[in-house]
Amino acid sequence: MKNSAPLPRRIAVALGLPVILIAAWWITSADSQSFYFPPLQTIVQTFGKLWFSPHALSDIGPSLWRFSVGYVAAAFIGIAVGIPVGASRNLRNVLEPVLEFLRAIPPPVLVPVLILFTGIGNEMKALVIVFGCIWPVLLNTVAGVRSLDEVLAETVRSYRIGRLSRLWHFVLPGASPQIFTGLRQALPIGIILMVVSEMFAASDGIGFSLVQYQRTFAIPEMWSGIILLGIIGIVLSLIFRIVEARMLGWYHGLRQSQRAG
Amino acid sequence: MPAAQTTGVRASLSARTFVWLQGLAGLVGFALLLEIVPRSGIVSPDYLPPFSAIMVALFKEMTTAEFWTALGDTLEAWALGLVISVVAGVVIGIAIGSSHVLRTLTHSTIEFLRPIPSVALIPLAVLLFGSQIQSTLVLVVYASFWQVLIQVLYGVQDVDPVARETARSYGLGVWAQIRYVTWPTALPYLMTGIRLAAAVALILAITSEVAIDTQGLGKEISDTESGGAVAIMYAYVIVAGIIGVIVNLGARALERRVLAWHPSVRLDTAEAGA
Repeated sequence: MKNSAPLPRRIAVALGLPVILIAAWWITSADSQSFYFPPLQTIVQTFGKLWFSPHALSDIGPSLWRFSVGYVAAAFIGIAVGIPVGASRNLRNVLEPVLEFLRAIPPPVLVPVLILFTGIGNEMKALVIVFGCIWPVLLNTVAGVRSLDEVLAETVRSYRIGRLSRLWHFVLPGASPQIFTGLRQALPIGIILMVVSEMFAASDGIGFSLVQYQRTFAIPEMWSGIILLGIIGIVLSLIFRIVEARMLGWYHGLRQSQRAG
Repeated sequence: MPAAQTTGVRASLSARTFVWLQGLAGLVGFALLLEIVPRSGIVSPDYLPPFSAIMVALFKEMTTAEFWTALGDTLEAWALGLVISVVAGVVIGIAIGSSHVLRTLTHSTIEFLRPIPSVALIPLAVLLFGSQIQSTLVLVVYASFWQVLIQVLYGVQDVDPVARETARSYGLGVWAQIRYVTWPTALPYLMTGIRLAAAVALILAITSEVAIDTQGLGKEISDTESGGAVAIMYAYVIVAGIIGVIVNLGARALERRVLAWHPSVRLDTAEAGA
């Protein structure tokens, strides 16, 4: 139904409310005297000055680097450990309560814990992100491997398909919808930990700058940092969706045709 | 036939006990690992005290008023934030979801606002409220509100058109339609939303305590870390984990109870890739 509407109209519908909201913010804050809520115009100007300068790279760069390293490492370890655990019933029964407990620990408490081990350097921040993101990936991989199609599993076995190609052509694709669910749950956790670890102890990064601005009452700078973090959140979730749509396109298509039929 | 059934039940019962024992073995093994690793010197006990030392510290802490105040503060912020998000999510979700026009117009805005990390609001919350509970509530509500809202929107959309038309032909008013048609359809989705929101709310409550020193378990953890009381710090980490487990199990139990009447166990739309 949505696709039947002409494109310009769809764009208008999508952009309508955001534009109205931003315009409302712009107009109502235009001659704001409030210290905490400066005019949007000032914030936008500050944003341009602050984040389109070479200096910005020294803040955004380290943050995103630590996030990517931690998230990707968590994804690899989570999938690599999740597959054998999911495949073995006994291993699963033994490990599940421990994993459920580790997952239930709110990840930000790991920031002080890991500072003990690694100090306040890059390793701590990347490790915090790994520790926070790994559990949703791991547990969803376990669930995905566990619910693999049994007939297919038997078929793969009867044809004596080798270990590696079984993993590559059967286990990974079969579990991928669940794996992506885990990766999606891990994404906001990773962003939270990136910011919190920098706020807690750092010498660079977006979270660090944000706290500095707030402590020195540099209010427009602080607002521009909040907006930057918002944009990063939106962009990361867009990238995730694009990757997911590419890699799970077959699955969504399958579900749609199953529903229609 | 009944005999076969009872043996089946007995067999599945003992199988269940076996699984339970396996899980217990896993937990005991994990505790042993935490005991052996620091004792053997693989990791310095200054960083990771043996499990027994952590347990001793935990029981000592549990006799102090400070411990129970911290626990109470965390739970209070969590519960308040969750209730606010659920009420707001349900009211706004039903209002938006019931109208096709509103749903279409707000779709892009919701998709924009949802991925904004709620930790971005930390500096603003600190300026406005300092380290009072309101700061925590801002973060908790912003993070968990979307979980509830999105699920309620899915749920309201899922209402069977025939049921809706039937209700309308029988002359049910707006409220009666919401009560007897929309609500039962949306309830399973809402429960999923509450389960997800409960976990997220706990994460953000603790985040706020670690990052902006509002009262609670997270503040105790960062204080004991900077004070060098490592065993006590781990004791609080374990408590935070236990609270997390209770929240997860409680939410699942609530879901089963509330949906006991529901004919099928639905797939979690949020988790199954919708």
